[in-house]
Order: sequence, then C-alpha cells, then structure tokens
Amino acid sequence: MLMRHHIPRDRIADRLAAAGYIPDRDLATAVWLMEHLSRPLLLEGEAGVGKTEVALALARANDARLIRLQCYEGLDQNAALYEWNYQRQLLAIKARETHADAADVVEDHIFSEKFLLERPLLSSIRQPKSPVLLIDEVDRADEEFEAFLLELLSDFQVSIPELGTIRATTIPHVVLTSNGTRELSDALRRRCLYHYVDFPDVEREARIITARMPDIDVDLALQIARMVEAIRKEDLRKSPGVAETLDWAAALAGLGIDDLRAEPEVVFETMMCLIKTAEDKSRMTREVSDRLLGKVA
Amino acid sequence: MAGSAAIRETIAAPAGAGARRKLGDFVRVLRDNAFIVGLAETSDALTVLAGPDSSSPSRLRPALRALLCSNKADWEKFDEIFDAFWLGRGMKSATRMSGVLQKTPPGFDSTKSGDRPGNPDGAPDSVQRRPGGDDETNENSPGLREGASRSDSLAKADFRHLANPSDLAEAHAVAARLAKAMRVRLTRREQARRAGRRIDLRRTIHKSIAHGGTPMELVWRQRKNKPLRLVVLLDASGSMSVYSAVFLRFMHGILDTFREAEAFVFHTRLIHISPALRERDATRAVERMSILAQGVGGGTRIGESLGTFNRWHAKRAIHARTCVMIVSDGYDTGPAEQLGREMAALRRRCRRIAWLNPMIGWRDYAPEAAGMKAALPHVDLFAPAHNLESLQALEPYLARI
Repeated sequence: MLMRHHIPRDRIADRLAAAGYIPDRDLATAVWLMEHLSRPLLLEGEAGVGKTEVALALARANDARLIRLQCYEGLDQNAALYEWNYQRQLLAIKARETHADAADVVEDHIFSEKFLLERPLLSSIRQPKSPVLLIDEVDRADEEFEAFLLELLSDFQVSIPELGTIRATTIPHVVLTSNGTRELSDALRRRCLYHYVDFPDVEREARIITARMPDIDVDLALQIARMVEAIRKEDLRKSPGVAETLDWAAALAGLGIDDLRAEPEVVFETMMCLIKTAEDKSRMTREVSDRLLGKVA
Repeated sequence: MAGSAAIRETIAAPAGAGARRKLGDFVRVLRDNAFIVGLAETSDALTVLAGPDSSSPSRLRPALRALLCSNKADWEKFDEIFDAFWLGRGMKSATRMSGVLQKTPPGFDSTKSGDRPGNPDGAPDSVQRRPGGDDETNENSPGLREGASRSDSLAKADFRHLANPSDLAEAHAVAARLAKAMRVRLTRREQARRAGRRIDLRRTIHKSIAHGGTPMELVWRQRKNKPLRLVVLLDASGSMSVYSAVFLRFMHGILDTFREAEAFVFHTRLIHISPALRERDATRAVERMSILAQGVGGGTRIGESLGTFNRWHAKRAIHARTCVMIVSDGYDTGPAEQLGREMAALRRRCRRIAWLNPMIGWRDYAPEAAGMKAALPHVDLFAPAHNLESLQALEPYLARI
C-alpha cells in the first residue's frame, strides 16, 4: 500500500479554512475518512453550492497539485487517460526511412514513453507526490466511461497494449462531483464516500464572504447572507449559489454600501448578480425585494 | 448524551465480537431501508468503529454516514435510522422501517390528512363511465368470439371489457411482448441510420501508422445517437383503474428492455416507480408497483403532479431525445391553468409529449374536460390507448422521433 501524507483529523477544518473553504463539520469528517480509507469522495448537490471548491481547497491544504478532469458527453479513454502522439510518430517513421532500420526497432522507438501523451487520469497516478484528482461532473460522461473509471479507481494501474502495465507511483486523492443530470451507477456510488453538499447556513455563508473578502464589514456580510438565504426560500427556478453571493457582495462593497436597509434601491438593482433567468426576474419584483429586505435586515 | 455511554460500552473493544454483531445488525437495517452496502463498506465501517471516532455519536454519525450513504435519499434518512438504532431514539420508527419495503419514496409527504379515503373534501374523479351502448360487453358477450381470430379480437377489445381473468392475463402478456418488440425495432433502426459524416483526422493518422504513414483506412466520425428515452407518467386514479393495470404491465415491459426509461405514477401526488419496475419478475414487479401506486382516492391532481415532476425529476429524467408519455383521461381536480402552465414548462424541456387517453377510443368522445383542454395545445400526439392495437400503433410514431 502506498502511503499518502495525511492531515491530522482535528486540523482538517482549519487547513481547509486557511485554503479558502469553510467546511461544515461533516465534510471535515468525510475528508478525513477519504484519506484514512483511501476511498474517493463523491460530492453531490445543487449547482453553485461549492462542490468544485472542495477539491481546489483540498489541493491547497495538502500543498498538492490539482489535476482536473472535466467530464462531458462522449469523453473517452483517449481524452481521459492517454494517447499516442501520432504526428510525432509519423515524423519519426519518415525520418528513419533512410536508415533502413529493422521494423521492430522502429516500432520500439515510436511506442516508447517519449511518444506517449499523458491525459489527466494517467498523469494523476504518476506524480512524485499524491495529487488531488478532481473528476468534475461525472454524471455528464457516458455510462461506459463510468465503468472504466471504476476499474481505474480500484486498481490504480493502467495497461497500455504497446507499452505494458503502468502501476501507480502515487495514489491520488480523488474527488468526484455530480449535478444529478443522470443517475450514477450503484457500483460507483458504493465505491465512493458520499457527501451531500447543501447551501451553507447564514453563519457559514457570512464566514465564506469574510474569508474571501477580508475588507468587508462583518455586519454587512451577515446581512447579505441572510438576504441570500431568504431569496433561496423563494420559489425560484435557479437558486443563487455561493459564487453568486460572492459576486453580489463584491458589487455591494464596490458601490460603497455598508447597510442594506439604507439602500433598498441599490439592493434591487444589483439583484441581477443573483437572479439568472427571465422568469425569476419577473418574480423578483421591487415589492418582493423590499419585503425580503424588511424581514432579514 | 444519554446514548454515548451505551455506544462506548458496545464497541469499546476495537472491532470486538459484540461490535461486529451490532454493526451487522445496523447494516441489515440499512439494507432494509434500500441502502446499498457491500462487504467492503462493512469492513471499512469496522475500521471506523475501531478508531477514536467511536467514542461519541456526534463523531461516529458523520463518519458512518459518509461511508454508508450513496445518494441523497440515503443521506436524508440516515440520521433518523442511526439515532433509532444506536441511541434508541424513536425506536418505533426503526422497527417500522426494518424488514418492510419502503413504501413512500423520499420527498413525498404521505401524511397529508386531506388525502385520506372517504374524506368528503377530496372530490372523487367525476367520471361517469357511460354505458357504451352496444359495446358494453361481459365475458359471455359474443364480442370476443366474433372476428377473424381470437388474438385479433383481443387486440381490438377495450381493456375495460376484459373481465375474464385469462383474457386479462393474455392482454398483459401481449402488452409486455409489445414493449419488448418495440425496443428491438427501435434500436435496429437506429443502427442502420449510422453512417459517417466527417473524417476523424486523429484516428485516420493513427491507423495510417501501420502503413508507414499512408492514410489507407479512413476513420469516420459520427455523431453518437442518443437512444430514445421514454418517460411514462401514468394516471392511477380511480377513473383510470381499469386501464392502469394493463399499463403497469406495459411499463414493466418497457422498463425491462429500454435501458433509457423512467416511470412515474400519479393520482393526488407523483410517485417514482422505476425502481420497483426494475424487478425482473413481472408479477412481483407489478405487485410492488401497485402497492406504491395505491391511490388514496381523493381525485387526480395532474397539474400538481406534473409540477412535482418538473421541479424534482425533470432535470435528471429528461434529455434532448426524450419522449414523455402521459397516460391519463385528463380529469384533473386541480385548477386547469396550473395544468396548462406545467404542460408548457414540460414541453420546453422534452422532444415530444404524447398524451394517451383511453377515452378517445370510446364512441362520441370529445376532449371536454377543462384539464384536457388546457393540456392539448402542448401535446404532440393525442392518441387512444384503450386496446392493444392502439398501443401497437404507437411504435411507428416513436421510431420517427
């Protein structure tokens, strides 16, 4: 078993916070288990709750490289694992035509490491230090790819027909995220630790705002967080995510606002940072905005 | 915390026999509640129990939750089960949950008191099944014996006239076979259509390496055809009860063979029944499904059910090549505007909406119900579905999508 560097259990939350992610308590446990049991961590939740951020922060906290594989429909082994550099191989063949080398010499040459293009998955098991491998939006990839991924995640070795088996020199910390556009297979779910990422509560969201924008007034951050929570409770098609909250906070701070109650006009006008569809926009009228503001601020 | 001492006592010895047994029981309770927990997970859970986390429930709970849950539904149920099992809280609910198949899918509140049967408030479906004049037959009626062949007449017989159990069984079997045949033909048509559009340069060069760089084998690129996905929403209210049995069978056939299919049943609320339908054995599957689908007999809220579908299931269930099939008589006890609005929202998401209404097959039927009228502008195919023949007629339509 390859050893990985572990962050002590009690320090995980602090280390993640220092890396810019304020975790809830349960996530810290899940991250610890993920290191302890060497299992991948599957994060599910609405778009915009900060799933990808977890992996980014984990990489920073571990001082590890982040290798990201963005999944999409039609993603195949060539784009995810490895590919031969055909152009270079062709050039090498042409260059050697004059030498009259034996065929197998040429073959050995063009199928050597030099001509291998590493893609994220292969690269993640051949690092000097365990990286964080982020497999983003795994639900967008095809089911065939999911099965292949499962195999890699349990064996951590890759066989390349022309080259032989490549064993892992490092076991990456694997984080998968899913938006639920497709049901993932039970096998993959079972293999992974599961954490459902919810929208942060008011207190945590305020901490996130102050962590990202150290200059912001603490009371304003709290007001913003309460307002956003109230907006999420409205019946909207797209609830604003954490990134939207941060945008809005930056907008308000940029306009020099320090109390939402004093500026209902500006609050309503900057709401476009949070509301992203025409339908929601028609629902979020000035009256609604003022009502929410009256409730929370 | 009251229970923490008990936990410590039970599992103080690292992975002792007691802990192992207790954990085994816990895993069994989880499995009864539709958790997927394998041996590897159980053994990892033992590792966790042997660690420092076992000293307090507040640390043990998140650890076991991360390990043993595998989707959001599990995630939401876990705390309650954990507390009931390890801390003895709400023990009644634990015994209730253990050993019984879970009946209510997560997210559905089954405790709405207004939905109870016999509630005068919930108006029942106000369908007067008109005696269909001369075609009102029973098992002795000559209607079934006339015609060229027995199977032919069966195909034409309205489902509600199949009172004879053996006829009914045969109709069910035919519905299932039909679904399978449709699947086979739909896939084959798909493959025949496949032909390259563009040259895949990378792969062509790859192949040419074997010929010393001369591109002799061309590799074509083709757009991957997504298989057609069927989402069936079946009305299981009282007014549809004669038809829903056959349709459940038809849906089982479809789900069993279509890799891409989802099934829902609605009456006063929407229920996702695909998991029950995945059961291979048809009779057992239909039984499980009927338990799930059992109406509470308070009318049909089509608009509201569609709203639930749009809000919670549509994102996952619907993609660009999805046909949504709604099987209902269109008698909505909810407001018609709501149904119209939800239908419009659904129409924007999917490729086609087919509305199958068994009553179209009846003589003199006109879509008069307010709900049906509100829904019609958004429907691509409005077809009868009262006998086997009309089900069969769907196939060419689906193949064209």
